[in-house]
Amino acid sequence: MRRILIMGATSAIAEATAREFAALGDALFLVGRNPDRLTAIADDLRLRGAAQAETWVMDACELGAYPALLDAATQRLGGLDTALIAHGTLTDQVAAQASSELMLAEFQTNALSHMVLCTELGNRFEAQGHGCIAVISSVAGDRGRQSNYVYGSAKAAVTAFTSGLRQRLHPKGVHVLTVKPGFVDTPMTAAFRKGPLWAMPATVAKAIVKAVQKGKPVLYTPWFWWPIMQIIKNVPEAIFRKLKL
Amino acid sequence: MSRQALSWGRLPAPEQRLIKLGSRFDALPTTTGSLLPYGLGRSYGDSCLNGGGALLGTRGLDRYIAFDRDSGVIEVEAGVSLGEIIELALPQGWFPAALPGTRFVTVGGAIANDVHGKNHHRAGSFGHQLLGFELLRSDGQVLHCSPTANAALFAATVGGLGLTGLIRRASLQLLRVPGPWIRGSSERFGSLAEFFALSAEAEAASAYTVAWIDSSATGANTGRGIFIRGNHAEGPASYAAPRGIRLPITPPLSLINPLTLAAFNALYYRRPAATARDALWHWQPFFHPLDAVLEWNRIYGPHGFYQYQCVVPMQDAETVIGEMLRRIAESKLGSFLVVLKTFGNMAARGMLSFPRPGATLAIDFPNRGAQTLALLDSLDAMTMAAGGAVYPAKDARMSAAAFRQYFPQWQAFAGHVDPRFSSSFWRRVTEYPQ
Repeated sequence: MRRILIMGATSAIAEATAREFAALGDALFLVGRNPDRLTAIADDLRLRGAAQAETWVMDACELGAYPALLDAATQRLGGLDTALIAHGTLTDQVAAQASSELMLAEFQTNALSHMVLCTELGNRFEAQGHGCIAVISSVAGDRGRQSNYVYGSAKAAVTAFTSGLRQRLHPKGVHVLTVKPGFVDTPMTAAFRKGPLWAMPATVAKAIVKAVQKGKPVLYTPWFWWPIMQIIKNVPEAIFRKLKL
Repeated sequence: MSRQALSWGRLPAPEQRLIKLGSRFDALPTTTGSLLPYGLGRSYGDSCLNGGGALLGTRGLDRYIAFDRDSGVIEVEAGVSLGEIIELALPQGWFPAALPGTRFVTVGGAIANDVHGKNHHRAGSFGHQLLGFELLRSDGQVLHCSPTANAALFAATVGGLGLTGLIRRASLQLLRVPGPWIRGSSERFGSLAEFFALSAEAEAASAYTVAWIDSSATGANTGRGIFIRGNHAEGPASYAAPRGIRLPITPPLSLINPLTLAAFNALYYRRPAATARDALWHWQPFFHPLDAVLEWNRIYGPHGFYQYQCVVPMQDAETVIGEMLRRIAESKLGSFLVVLKTFGNMAARGMLSFPRPGATLAIDFPNRGAQTLALLDSLDAMTMAAGGAVYPAKDARMSAAAFRQYFPQWQAFAGHVDPRFSSSFWRRVTEYPQ
């Protein structure tokens, strides 16, 4: 049985992943902003087999509240060995490139909060000598593109940060997983036209749980994003800057 | 949203938007045009479509809320499917009291169509196991409805085709069962008279009864088929459910034609397994043999198909259904999915509920355009003359006059329709003059 903290627990990918963990009988500590939705998800997860499903209401941008959050999760679950960091916002690129303030706020939500939480968790897990930190980054972090470079660069920061943290903590018995989903059909992307590259949250969730179980370092999900991103990363800048991606 | 086939008959769908719901705490979307809840799209025609308006996709409302393992009362969000209820409840010894011909139906959809199963003579229809539900109306009111609270709205919503508002959660009384097994028998019969005799005899002892009819049989063989009966029973401890197979493509033309049909029916009728005195089925192949073939509806090719399901009062059932079968065999337009079953006498709880005392015949028809529609109209004439009804969940073409005769409470029902809700079916049977 894992004792799992889930940040952004009302997001579609987090909820689908929590269902996979619940079916395995894990104990869950769910963090989100909306108390009604958290309670509904916790009730559901208990019926799906979760050993425990606790809720905690907070805004992920309150960076100072993380130590108290981790204390509460550890206490309520009787320990903590796994964390899934899944909160975030899909930045409106046009608005964020017009306003430094908005750009900073988006960085706070999509990068700094992850990095602060990873720091706190990393130190605790290092001290206890085991644990797994799974962080939802994005294929958008692999290369900045004009259509969403504010979101993309925040995710790039998360990807680089977790890569370094993984190297640091690997010898200490702590597993750090960077998850890079492609397009996922969730309320976050409700406004987008869906094509064949789009995946369902349940598919992504199954891949995340498998990667946690296997100690995989980086997960592209679905798998076909790995070759796609290899190509996109390797287009020479001279050509890339003329593209409309 | 493109012109995808959104209903099970795969007839061309009108232009409409799909808005997916994710939380039962959200208000209705503020959008122009009318709304219609949409679950798993197992309605065959246009009762689950809303041309020019929006569909509220309810599959995101798929959370279990509470389950009492002692009393068998389960409460779920409206987008939970009956298959998902079985996944949770059956290992604890509970099963839906009324289960339709597919497990891929949401609770909201099961309420909206007041679906029935092979045990109607014993359990009634879905409305009978329904303890209550929560309805969100477009004026923002959230109403708890049960047979005693907001009883009129309850009666309008059961069988109400999704038109009375958005069902967000519901609670059901499940049935105590010993496990996943059904024990019973399967036997051939040579005529409709034999079917009715078998049915009357079997209903006393068997929870589930149903018959498959050979729709291509003619003359003295008209109405021959296979009668199946069964009860929940003890069985082996373990069972691995077979993996579903999927029809990967839509063939360019219907695979159902007079030649394949006659061959299939003759073989199916004569296969040795058609007579089994003491058979043990797992619930999945017993209730839902077709669920094993995901997207079986594609076999009818790019033009889709119609289903016709009617109920006719018992006193004339043998004559009227015999006449229908002769007509269908003559037309060579029928199919192999022909099911005959008798309904019990339990009065339905919904104003627009389809199940009522009598015998019900369900049959698929590949869409061959005008000749198929003409055949269906002639079946409607027989149903109307017999004082029967056609099932809106299966329909894509009944006339307004026919609808009004089949469902005499339709005007009282219309008073409960939410002003922002509508469907292609509803406009077809109420707005267009005949």
